[in-house]
Amino acid sequence: MALSASQLKVGETHTARLVDDLSRTQIVQYAGASGDYNPLHTDEVFTTKVAGYPSVFAHGMLTMGMTGKMLTDYVGDARLTKYGVRFTSQVWPGDTLDSTATLKAIGDKDGAKIAEFDVKTVNQNGVEVLSGYAEARVDP
Amino acid sequence: MAAKKFPVEAGHILLFARSIGDENVVYTDEEAAKATEAGGIIAPPTFVQASAQFDPNYVLRPKIGQPWFGSGKNPTGRVASAGGGGGGGNGGGLHAEQHYEYHRPLRAGDVLTSETKPGKTWEKEGRRSGKLVFSESVTEYRDQKGELVVTARGVGVRTERPVEQPADSKQEA
Repeated sequence: MALSASQLKVGETHTARLVDDLSRTQIVQYAGASGDYNPLHTDEVFTTKVAGYPSVFAHGMLTMGMTGKMLTDYVGDARLTKYGVRFTSQVWPGDTLDSTATLKAIGDKDGAKIAEFDVKTVNQNGVEVLSGYAEARVDP
Repeated sequence: MAAKKFPVEAGHILLFARSIGDENVVYTDEEAAKATEAGGIIAPPTFVQASAQFDPNYVLRPKIGQPWFGSGKNPTGRVASAGGGGGGGNGGGLHAEQHYEYHRPLRAGDVLTSETKPGKTWEKEGRRSGKLVFSESVTEYRDQKGELVVTARGVGVRTERPVEQPADSKQEA
């Protein structure tokens, strides 16, 4: 179901749990589907002994993908016109992530109503792991 | 990423959607998807990243017969360049930002081509990882008619050394 501009209020938020106890296997799944086989995400031996990190960590794009689900569940399918993020902290196996969209503005563009959102994803310690924005076509 | 031909297939969309924890019917069930506003199987917002699968020169995929920098007999199959913290020596650095503009929904059955152009580069001193070198690239994904479907702008970063972790952040992980 798409959102309706007349029912939206600037400042309102939508929050969703993206993942609870992120597994290494899900990271492997994402590697296989996306084609990004960087061993930093899937190879504990390489990542700890060669790259010098405490463990493998998630692809930023996995976090962006999961955050995208929060957005599309909220604004509806095929409604996004823009979506962009910065990866602000790494996401580790075992993390639990929650993501929030906050309505920043509603405008008109090419005869359509466009809602602009701030987007933020945090881990179980409240540390921001992703910060960004999205724009979506909404109904009048 | 430059893919000469990136066929957007329903099976690939299903696998990708599962991997991001999203089993929305518009990604996973053709019949059910027909009854939605999308009108059929579409791709999730970050799906074009999977064009890596169709880039013959993509560096983060092992190539048959070539040494791979991940572990096998040894922790790495390749001699790392000196001091290359860089998010994993020769691992291509870390992903700092990603931005998409959607010109229309991407659908199963589309066949895309993509072209990537380098953008700006800049440097910054990082508190947790030494000198940071950022570089931007812009990729245009066009459909079988040559029309623009998605514009992607990515920013990668190479770090001087691995990103330091705050003392307590890891171990809940």
